[in-house]
Amino acid sequence: MNPFKKAHANEIERILAAYPVERKRAAVMPLLHLAQQEAGYISEEAMQEIGEVCEISTTEVASIVGYYTMFHDQPGGKVRLMVCTDVACRLCGAREYLAALCNELGIEPGGTTADGLVTIEEVKCIAACDHAPVFQSQINDEIEYHENQNPGRTLDWLKLMTASMKPNPSLEQAPKDLGRAPKDLGRAPKDLGRAPKKLGREADHE
Amino acid sequence: MSDLYLLRHREIQGLNQLKTYIANGGFETWKKVVTTLKPEEVMQQVKDSGLRGRGGAGFPTGVKWSFLPTNIWPHFVVANADESEPGTFKDREILELNPYQFIEGLMIASYAVQAHDSYVYFRGEFAQIAHKFEERLQELTSKGLLGDKIFGSEYSLRLHPHLGAGAYICGEETALLESIEGKLGQPRLRPPFPAVVGLFDKPTVINNVETLTNLPIILGKGVSYFRSQGTEKSPGTKIFCLSGRVKNPGNYELPLGTTFRELIYTQGGGILNDRAIKVIMPAGASSSLIPATEGALDTPMDYESVPALGAQLGSASVIVVDETVNISDLVDSTVQFFEHESCGKCTPCREGTYWMAHILARINGGKASKADIDLLKIVASEMQNKCFCALGEFSISAVLTGLQHFRADFEARVEN
Repeated sequence: MNPFKKAHANEIERILAAYPVERKRAAVMPLLHLAQQEAGYISEEAMQEIGEVCEISTTEVASIVGYYTMFHDQPGGKVRLMVCTDVACRLCGAREYLAALCNELGIEPGGTTADGLVTIEEVKCIAACDHAPVFQSQINDEIEYHENQNPGRTLDWLKLMTASMKPNPSLEQAPKDLGRAPKDLGRAPKDLGRAPKKLGREADHE
Repeated sequence: MSDLYLLRHREIQGLNQLKTYIANGGFETWKKVVTTLKPEEVMQQVKDSGLRGRGGAGFPTGVKWSFLPTNIWPHFVVANADESEPGTFKDREILELNPYQFIEGLMIASYAVQAHDSYVYFRGEFAQIAHKFEERLQELTSKGLLGDKIFGSEYSLRLHPHLGAGAYICGEETALLESIEGKLGQPRLRPPFPAVVGLFDKPTVINNVETLTNLPIILGKGVSYFRSQGTEKSPGTKIFCLSGRVKNPGNYELPLGTTFRELIYTQGGGILNDRAIKVIMPAGASSSLIPATEGALDTPMDYESVPALGAQLGSASVIVVDETVNISDLVDSTVQFFEHESCGKCTPCREGTYWMAHILARINGGKASKADIDLLKIVASEMQNKCFCALGEFSISAVLTGLQHFRADFEARVEN
């Protein structure tokens, strides 16, 4: 029982020590990072155990996991590519770069390759705007910046990184785990008709 | 190029090694502060320096500290290293290459308000920086620069990193506090202000990384030395993050009051392919769009002059837009950002950013009519002054100024 607590007893104690004793809840994010480092995502069991440590419910832990985009409740590829397409990067061709990359890999943003090795995510600004296009890679708990990219350069790097990795096809999945990640805004949602009418009335008042 | 104070690592190789930092005078100011100055003397010097918060609001740092009540304890200091405004990448350079000057600044701030536990909130994407920071803390503790009874005084200090996990809103100081406390990063109602009811309900100072990095200069070399750079009301240097369609994007440390022209053309080498400049965004995605007229280019970048253009200096993330960019596309990218990052707490922001994103997708997808442009303006105007925090208010800056100055760009999308 309690494999997470057992495996990380010292680390958990060290994390808790950074916060007032009566504020165990403050340890929830560091503990989630710890769980994710180990498994690449946060399992329900881990959430439950973390809830016990922090003296909050599993549901509350799950809400934290759902709220913060870097916490994942589903396993992803062994290599995670987080490509920035935000304002400054977009001015420097990041969307075209991401599209070319996805095209080469045969997946959509948020998706994982058929061999289960590579997941691509479209992310917001990662503080490297002067070297766009950029992505961050995550392999286990190692997060690295890759600046001044083009599709060829990124694909060469990917080839190098995945060469010795064992495929894991069970992970192939449709784009999901996107949480609050970019939606396909090109398609208008069904309920879009609602607003223009209501707002149109207000327009008359202007 | 002026002298470098915050980006000293560009002149001194290996400044992110403790040995090198100490060899170059590092932590001498810390020693002076702890062994010879009273906390209130430190606070007074920072007030006299006129240092203003570099995170965006430009509030005088010393004044912010003085709001902490002295009858409620403990006090906390939190360093805001949640750098996530699109176009901002200055704190990352400090944290990677000149980290000890930041840490020394954080220590000085902690001493000034007599905090014994201080936190650094790193954005989740800075995980490696945060891990390195932990190693540095051990180094500093083993050298007696941190920990109990520092330099034989009665003062003790511990620093704690706290890693976020991808939420822009956590740069808003009350959302940041919620996040450290293990809750959803959503802003708190103010008052009470964090200075009185902050982290763990105790009086708390929250300062940006760059703000703190200024402190070893002010306390080390003196107030008048610090004030010799910049303007009377905006003293000191500032790191300007230059990005977008310029030849030489990057961080430039320049005196506050330097003109946009100097930054973009002299330092930044001008516009890519020598095209004409169209718009300046001085504060990242939160900016109002400034049409790049000659007058605008000659405007000094300080906390007084930029507002006169109807914009804010903010964190000084200057994104440059050239003549080939359709402003409807640009606004689409800022709105998508805010739609993604809206925390969902208040209705105007949650719904408003959602609808603006969809209307813009319609406009840029060629599926809109002219009425949609008016609709966009209505949605943005309806949000104004109704959002719970600045995120919602910032989400409409580019929309409203874009429509005001470049409506033809939107109309072109509709007609085609």
